This record gives sequence, structure tokens and C-alpha cells, in this order.
Amino acid sequence: MPVAEPEAYLAVASRFENIELVQAVIEDLLRRLELGEDDRHWIGLAVREAVANAIKHGNGGDAAKQVEVEVRVDAGEVAVAVRDQGPGFDPSAVADPLAPENLLRPGGRGIFYMRSLMDKVEYHFAADGGTEVVLRKRIKAAAAPRAEEETRS
Amino acid sequence: MNIRQRQVGDVTLLEVSGKITVGVGDVAIKDAVHVALGGGARDILLKLQGVTTIDSAGVGELVSAYTSVAHRGGKLKLVGLPPKVNDILQITQLITVFEVYDDEASAVASFKS
Repeated sequence: MPVAEPEAYLAVASRFENIELVQAVIEDLLRRLELGEDDRHWIGLAVREAVANAIKHGNGGDAAKQVEVEVRVDAGEVAVAVRDQGPGFDPSAVADPLAPENLLRPGGRGIFYMRSLMDKVEYHFAADGGTEVVLRKRIKAAAAPRAEEETRS
Repeated sequence: MNIRQRQVGDVTLLEVSGKITVGVGDVAIKDAVHVALGGGARDILLKLQGVTTIDSAGVGELVSAYTSVAHRGGKLKLVGLPPKVNDILQITQLITVFEVYDDEASAVASFKS
């Protein structure tokens, strides 16, 4: 199956305020795919979590390290890849935030958010370091973003 | 995000609006609750009607606020959950932890019982 070219690619410094920048791009792209407000909200929130994790845990809050975000739209699916420059981690070792003993813990819900809000969450760990999380969501809209309609006088 | 504090009888009401998200809104909630507790507040009602987005860090701060208030012998309750905030509390099962009310009057009255 041919792999779609990315619809969008951006790289941001590891600062929490840049999450807003990423979300603005995602929101605009999803709007052009004619996704409804709910889908845009939940996909945007999952991407926020991925970028927040990349900044905090992957890059350790080091603003000199970048977080890359790549969005692909293909075969009725949106796939958002978020990459950091961190050492990686074991996703299976992350505690279940729904376990009674963890319910009142302030942290540890980021991956759970992503898994709950998206259809599929994959992790790839590069041999030379860096973690990539790919968030996938099936969509009903057309397989390619529509251009903004031009106003003609 | 924006937080407004007002007093309704013995209950301290914090009206939160905007995004409760990492690095910004989550810290603001923590600060507002600590300031209220420091000022002698015991029971706190968080009105979330104007909240548009709550990420996992924001949810974490609601939990921290809940436990901080409980450790001081008070109660923290929620009122006016927008549908998307309600969905998140359902997904994270925190809806089983928080007492949630639809309207301010019943929420305030509940602290007296």
C-alpha cells in the first residue's frame, strides 16, 4: 500500500506553550477534512497529550531539543506521528490509571488519554534514540483535505 | 484560562474558564486552591461551566486539589460540567471520586448536609 505524503510537518522547541501552536495546525487541518467539532476536539486533545509527553518525558523539558509532528491522511484515516529526542521507555510498564490505588494519583494519565481518544496508538523506538508515537483515527471524511474555497467577485 | 473567586456563605466558589492544560491552567488551579485554603477556606466548589479543554495534567490538578482540601478536613465538589469535561471524568473514572452537581444552588446546599 502506498504511503501518503505528509499533509503537514512541523518541528517545535520543547516548550509547553508550543502545544498551542501544534493544536492550531491540527485543528485547521481537521477542519479542512470537514471533521465535526467533537472529532476535532478529541483528536486535538490526544495530540496535545503526545506533544506534552514528548516535551516533558522524552526531551526532559530541554528547549534545545525539538518535537516533530507529522500528519498523514490516507484511506479514511488520520495518522499523527509525534517524535522526541529522548531515550525511550517501556509502554507496558506504565501503571493503569484506573486501578483503585492509582485513581487519586495526580499524574500518569497521558497515555491512557491517547488510547481512549484514538483508535490506535503505536510506539516506535529508534536504535539511535528518540521515541515516535503514532496516533491513528478513522474518519468518515474524504481522504484528502479540501482546499479553502476561494471567494470570487 | 481565568479563575474568579467568590464566597457563597461558607463555601468558596472558584469559577474556572478556558483551558485547564499543562504548564498554564493546571498551575493556576493549584495556586487558586492553595490561596483559598491559606485564606481559611474549608469547603471549595469548582464551577467548570466555562472550561473548554481539560488535558491529563488538568485532570491531575483537579485530583490534587481534591486531596489537598480533604486533608484539611474540607470538601471539594464540582458544578456545571460542560459535556466534554464530563466525558473526560467518565473515561478516567474520576466521576466516581468527585461529587458533581448541575446547578450552583444545590451544590452549595450540599455542603450543609
